[in-house]
Formats: sequence, C-alpha cells, structure tokens
Amino acid sequence: MSNQLLQVIIALVVGVGGIWLLYWGADRLVNMLPLRAATALRPWVFVGPALLLLTVYLVYPAINTIVLSFRDRRGQGWVGFDNYVDIFSDENGRLAIRNSIAWVVVVPVLAVAIGLAFAVLADKLGRRTEAAAKSVIFLPMAISFVGASIVWRFIYNFRPEGFGEQTGLLNAIWQGLGNNPVAWLLSEPWNNLYLMVIMIWLYTGFAMVVLSSAIKSLPGEVLEAARVDGATEWQMFWRIVLPMISSTVMVVLTTILIIVWKVFDIVFVMTGGEFGTTIVAERMITEFFTFRNQGRGAAFAVLLFVAVLPFMTLNIRRFRAQEEMR
Amino acid sequence: MTDVTTTTGVVAGLDDEPTGVQPGKAEPPGTTPETASPASPGRAWGRWPVAVSVSIIAALWLVPTLGLLVTSFRPRELVDSSGWWTVFAHLGDGSQWTLQNYRDVLDAGGFGNSFLNSLAVTVPATVLPITIAAFAAYAFTWMEFPGRQVLFAAVVGLMVVPLQMSLIPILQLYTSGFRVAGIPIIPDLNLNGTLLAVWLAHTGFGLPLATYMLRNYIGSLPRSLIESAKVDGAGHFTTFTRLVLPLSTPILASFAIFQFLWVWNDLLVALVFLGGEPDVRVVTQALRELNGSRGQAWHLLTAGAFVSMVLPLVVFFSLQRYFVSGLTAGAVKE
Repeated sequence: MSNQLLQVIIALVVGVGGIWLLYWGADRLVNMLPLRAATALRPWVFVGPALLLLTVYLVYPAINTIVLSFRDRRGQGWVGFDNYVDIFSDENGRLAIRNSIAWVVVVPVLAVAIGLAFAVLADKLGRRTEAAAKSVIFLPMAISFVGASIVWRFIYNFRPEGFGEQTGLLNAIWQGLGNNPVAWLLSEPWNNLYLMVIMIWLYTGFAMVVLSSAIKSLPGEVLEAARVDGATEWQMFWRIVLPMISSTVMVVLTTILIIVWKVFDIVFVMTGGEFGTTIVAERMITEFFTFRNQGRGAAFAVLLFVAVLPFMTLNIRRFRAQEEMR
Repeated sequence: MTDVTTTTGVVAGLDDEPTGVQPGKAEPPGTTPETASPASPGRAWGRWPVAVSVSIIAALWLVPTLGLLVTSFRPRELVDSSGWWTVFAHLGDGSQWTLQNYRDVLDAGGFGNSFLNSLAVTVPATVLPITIAAFAAYAFTWMEFPGRQVLFAAVVGLMVVPLQMSLIPILQLYTSGFRVAGIPIIPDLNLNGTLLAVWLAHTGFGLPLATYMLRNYIGSLPRSLIESAKVDGAGHFTTFTRLVLPLSTPILASFAIFQFLWVWNDLLVALVFLGGEPDVRVVTQALRELNGSRGQAWHLLTAGAFVSMVLPLVVFFSLQRYFVSGLTAGAVKE
C-alpha cells in the first residue's frame, strides 16, 4: 500500500510538473533566438503541444473513421456510399436521426433554462444558502452514467398490477392517484422524453455552475446603476444580465448540445435502444461493438460530426465578432 | 449531503447565517466577500418567492439522489420488495436499515488501491488538458500567427469526434506504432498499460472543450489590460502566467471540476488503455467487478456509487470558492 502511495505521488509530480517544465523550457529556448525568429516561433510554443495531441488523439482517428465508413462490415472491401444509403433507407436509422434531433433540441434548452434561472435566483440568496442550493443541483454531475441509470430505475421501475409493491417512485405516486401502473420506459413515444429527463437532471448542474460564474463576474457598478435608476429585477435580467452573459450562454448551449449528441450511455443502459428510443450515438456503438458492423458504425459516427458542423461555423463567427469588438 | 435537512436548510439559512446548513456544504469562512449579492437580496422580488422557487427546484433535483442514498442503507430483500420511500413510514425500525452494503463494498478486494489508482489517473488527466488548453487559448486570443482562425475552428470542430471511435486507432498506435508505406512515422512505443497512456488519452479527448471554454473566457478579458502588461515590459509568458491565468480562475476552476468528474467516472478509457488487472484497477472498474460477480446487486451498486462520489464532491466543495475570483468581480467582463 505505501509502495503504491509512493508511486502515485511520483506519478502526480512527474505528470503535473513535467508539463510546466516543458513550456517554461521551450519559452527559454525561444528567448535565445534573434527577436524576429522568436516572435514568429513563440505562438507555436504555446499552441504546439495542443495541436500535436489533437492530431494524434482526434484528427487521426477521425480520418480513420471516415475511411472506415466507406468500407464493408469487416472494414476491408470498399463499398462506396452503401453504409450511408443503408442508414437513410432503414426505418431504424431514420428513427435514430429523428430521436437524436429531439434530444439535442429539448435537453440543452431545458438544462440551460433551468440552470440559468437557478443561478439567477440563487444569486439573490445569502452566500451560504446559495452554496448549499447550488450543491444540490450540482450533485448529479458527480454520479457516473451507470450510477445515474441505477438512480432512475428507482423512479421509472414498473411492476404490473398484482406482481408486488411498486419499487419505482413514479408508479407509486401514479397508483396513489388511482391509476394503473404504467411501464414508463416502454410507452412510445413519450419514453424518449423520460430518458431525456435523466440527461437534463445530470447536466443542469453544468449549465448552472458555468453561468453562475459568468453572472458573478458582471461588474457590480452597472447592476447598481440600473437599480438606482429604478429597474425591476425582471427588467435587469432581460436587459442587462442576459445580454452581458450571452456569449457564455451560447458556449454552454453548444457544449451541452455536443455532449448530448454524443451520449449513448443512458439509452444503452436503460432501454438498449429498443421501444423506439434509439439514437444516432447509440446506433454507432451498437452497430460497431454489438453487431460488429464496422463500416455502418463508422458511418453513424461520421453522421455525428457532420451534423454539428453548422453549429461550429456559428460559433466561429461569434468569436470573430468578439475580436472585432475589442 | 443528501438528506431532508438540506432542502429545509435552503429556506432556513436565508439570513446569511450558517444555521440550518451543514458545515460540509458551506464555503470556508472569510473568503471572497464579493460573493454575497451586493444589493439587499431581491428588493423587488421579495425573499420568500425566490427562496420557495429555489427550494422547489432543489427538492426535485434531490429526490433521485435521495432514493440512491436510502437504498444504499437498506437490506437486499427490502430493496427488491418495497419502494425506498417506505422507510420514512418506520424511521425508527432498525430492521429497515443496514450498514452491510457499505461493509461489503469496502471489503471487496482492493477498493483502497483502486482509489489511489483513480487519483493517479485523474489528477494529471485534469491538470494536463487545462494547462495545455490555457496556453493554446491564450495564443489563439492574444498572439498573431498564420492560420490562427482556421486552426481554432478546427480545434473546436474536433469537439464532435466521438471518443468511442478513437479508442481502437489509438490502441493500435500504442501497441504497434504508425507506418506509412512501411516507414515508421511513430515508433512502437509500447505505451499501453502505462499511466502516461491514459493521461495523454484523456488530455487529447478533453482538449477541444477546454480550449473552447477557455478561449471564450480569455477572449473577454479587456485588451487594455493585456496591452498595459506589454507596455510594462512583460513578455507573453509572464503576461500569461502572472496576469491571464489568475484572472481566469473561475473558468479554470469550473473546467477543472468537470474534467475531474468525467475522468473519475470514466470506465471505457481506463479499461482500454490501462487494462483491468487488479493492481491498476480504477474505482469504476472495481464497481463493475462488484456488480459483475454478483449479478444485478442494486444494494451494493448504490453503496458503491456513494463511495465513489465522495472524492468528486470534496473537490467540488473545495473549488467552489474559486468559481468567483476576487480579482474579476467587477473588474473584467465588458
């Protein structure tokens, strides 16, 4: 055990300290160069490590995946666009696309709306109360996807009438109101919404934490001036706070959108994509790892990143505008 | 952390006093007085409506976790036969409660070891992407170089590459290198199974989001501040470490906590690159073993889930006060 502890400490020092030493050393080296060369080279010292890692860990696998999406199920012979044609002609493939679109509309919007409302409201409470309240919303973030699916089984669980007491909270309440128990996760198409609720529950904390730190870094004088001028809290939120944090709202919205677009765990664990709940990311995993159809799985993956390109363009435009304003 | 007092605490602790809020939740005293809302809380809204809405949302969010917590203290037979909320009907009944689940989880082979392993994976896998992304975000914002916009667009675009699709190509790279027409471009490094392999993988996967979020924040720092540092003779390295990094504390802290959570809760990357041997097993793997050897053991899984949540929550509470930096409050955002 103590040996293990020592290893861990050495690993931490090497891992954490090493990277700083690397940047510091590289900057020193560049300083020794003539001024013009140093000026031209220094930006690459700053971005170089990031670009190198991204190339190895994301660009190379992405290219690999694109190539694979034009190959057959064993990843060998070329099949042209067959995999893509299959996705769009298959009823399940089209359903996955429709469901995924619903996910990326519903989840980010609700998570950001609730997270923002909570951040604004909690900001008006005392400091300690606020910290406690925010911790509650944040709590689900600390639970892994597998943990989350256990948590929600105790909400959605279903037992037909006469097969024992309900162990799912929702059915207990539903029965208490005089209804028959419902198999929530099997009832199409609403089961999609019930699964989305899990994701909203998990990610509202993310939105809340980031938005709250944006709200708190707003200049106090501006808010105070508006208050002196007699603005109501409602007006202040819509006319001052929201416009001032709009860039952060966009970032959070985009981030959650992308996370939601890629998340497969919830559907995979809760329904396995059955009962009309299949989504693109879950298809990708199922095709690739369960059905061992590498080409089709890769095609679903390519679909994932092509679909997000418009959002990325939008974001880049926004960053350009931000630069021009400075 | 998840009992009923928390919700009541939300209401009871309104008057800035620590009463009604558990000490573990509260921030350390004497930090960042700016955190408290400068104006009297909710002059136009009134305190009670705000407190009530916050309490309602908080209660809704707490219910599922409360179910998890209660279940983790119930004997197996009861978990399967009745709802967790039924315990509230007979709170004093000792036969409704047990610590056995926690004993079973902690006694299961090498749980302490797996905690250390998780720590050795998670801390560098959090610090590395943040450091590398911060340097890159600074360069993308405040330095001039050819292809700056295009490269940044590419970095952000990489956010959408699904992690699962990267695992197999990277694994091949780790075990047999990379050759173009038989010429080794990247040699066979035999990285697989080492901590470095996992750190670098998590760093690569976390970089796009980190760069994106940090670039957004660093880009909102006023130009005048950076220019004045330059006038004072500070080079880029000094400006970055002495000015930009401290000013970016809130976003660094926010991202740190999320990256920490993602890595801590990750099973897939650790499984692929570190392997499942008992001596290198991380917490999520240990949990999976627990379930794997006993079938759908919900009573154990719930207890295990709570044990594995402890450290992330400690990190969250200790970072919470950095979410608002004393320096930025009122000085930076334009």
